[in-house]
Amino acid sequence: MADVVVQQGTVARTATRRRSGLQKALKRKSTAAFLMTLPLILLIACLVLYPALYSVHLATLNKSMARFVGFGNFEFLFKRDTFWLVVRQSCIFAISAVILKALIGFIVAHFVHNVPANKQRKWRGMLLVPWVIPPAMSTLAWLWLFDPSYSAFNYTLSFFGIGPIPWTGDAMWARFSVILVNVWYGAPFFMIMYLAALKSVPEQLYEAAAIDGANWWQRIWYVTLPMMRNIIAITTLFSLIVTFANFDIVRILTAGGPLDHTHIFATWAFRVGIEGSDIPLGASVSLFMVPILAVAAVFILRDVNKRGNEA
Amino acid sequence: MSTVTIDKAGPTRKVKYGSMSRDRAWALRWSYFFLTLFAIFSLVPPIYMLITSLKSSAEISAATNPWWVFHPTLSNYIELLTSNQFLRFFWNSAWVSIIVVTITMLISVPAAFALSRMKFWGSATLATGVFLTYLVPDSLLFIPLFKMFAVIGDWTGIQLINKWYVLLFIYPTLTVPFCTWIMIGYFASIPKELDEAAIIDGASWFQTLTRIFIPVALPGLIAATIFAFTVSWAQYLYPLVFTTSTDQLVLPVGIITTLIKGDVFNWGQIMTGALLGAAPPLIIYAFLMDYYIAGLTAGATKG
Repeated sequence: MADVVVQQGTVARTATRRRSGLQKALKRKSTAAFLMTLPLILLIACLVLYPALYSVHLATLNKSMARFVGFGNFEFLFKRDTFWLVVRQSCIFAISAVILKALIGFIVAHFVHNVPANKQRKWRGMLLVPWVIPPAMSTLAWLWLFDPSYSAFNYTLSFFGIGPIPWTGDAMWARFSVILVNVWYGAPFFMIMYLAALKSVPEQLYEAAAIDGANWWQRIWYVTLPMMRNIIAITTLFSLIVTFANFDIVRILTAGGPLDHTHIFATWAFRVGIEGSDIPLGASVSLFMVPILAVAAVFILRDVNKRGNEA
Repeated sequence: MSTVTIDKAGPTRKVKYGSMSRDRAWALRWSYFFLTLFAIFSLVPPIYMLITSLKSSAEISAATNPWWVFHPTLSNYIELLTSNQFLRFFWNSAWVSIIVVTITMLISVPAAFALSRMKFWGSATLATGVFLTYLVPDSLLFIPLFKMFAVIGDWTGIQLINKWYVLLFIYPTLTVPFCTWIMIGYFASIPKELDEAAIIDGASWFQTLTRIFIPVALPGLIAATIFAFTVSWAQYLYPLVFTTSTDQLVLPVGIITTLIKGDVFNWGQIMTGALLGAAPPLIIYAFLMDYYIAGLTAGATKG
């Protein structure tokens, strides 16, 4: 009796197996997984990987894109003063903005952490607003705040006897302004990340430190910072990439002016490649971002994987 | 026997009773003081947008106190919301964002499921590749992408440049890697027993995804959706490069290119437009702040 049942089962199974090889293939785990990731793979291959390689190819062509010129575009760039201005300004812009954002974010995160827990939500909500507004929109508000003739800032400063400041007209002030707006936009991100990290530091560590007689500074230096080290590294490197590749703020606030003094790689690549319709030269300019982005990306990846293993 | 004396006097330094709580109170007061300063710094630009948007152009050019509205008027809002051009920008932005969010979710959720649960050849490498793609900025790809779509237009005759729907192909390069990455994190945090039970009960992979993973990881899904929407709504570089005709522009580019005419800045209208453009993300943020922050902090971590 029992044998019959088993036999029937095998017969039925072989029948289905014969019926559809395709259905079986679809049921196989790796095939299903491959089909599920296929759109993602196609997207990355066609719209990220291919354009990235294509831009290397573009960078070796002449302006009409008819002739191969090898490193001609790069040689041309190295001879231009504007290019070196852009390199310097990109580094000044990215490094000072990231340092300021990290410092302000760290300080503000501490203040928010000090406040009683039921009020933290409200403060966090207000302080994150700069990050939520689309940067193109908020930069317009800054442009209006900086306006030379009807400027709200200059109006306010005039009460303190500080003369009209050419916020976007003078090279040094324009550099300061773009950094200020970038810090305003990016500091909340650091604040949120650090706040999350601060909350994950066990309270017992602070108690132990307090019992050992550690003062406020020692508690930060020996307890908070080591515990947050990984998050600080990831956030800073990530922000370095985003700031270095920034376009919106500089484009809207100064459009690279006065006299190309605030151009960074992205805005100058746009000016040369799209507005000046010299696509190969623009591609060469934007390729200069790659080394710094690659170094930052490698370190982020290392830290993220380390973090994944810890958890 | 009685020679052992225990010093019960305690520490010799002068004890200040209540100093601890007094220090805390002062620390709290300083915290509030500085937080107020930082909050003002954060909120000045949006508040100034609101102030200016309520002024008439006569009041703006009269150079009165810029921080106060003497004759509030809604004329800027009425003018923009009845202008076909502005409504067109708004609709373009809304359509692009909504379709991009849909595309992003359709691509990234199954991919994240496969990458987190169905280990296959190269899945670990692909996950790393997704994260690296997320780090590739828009300012690196806009020139080759522009040229690529121009070449495609020449070859096939399908002209995609200067059409708003070209953005539907391009925005996913920004949203899909991030959403896949955070969904991998959320899916990886689901206990393995849950999907094993489903498989034993005879569920297919697809059913495991729709019946188990999506409901359980719903907070992550909401965070990813918010992110995809915010990114597509705020994107400025790609539409600036790819679209030029006024009827194809999205909101950020539309406001900047049409309301700024040469050297003439109609600040009342520009600020109104900027505020209306900032409104959708701000409204979403106001209602779904916790999901927003969860998505923000999940980006740099593994789950």
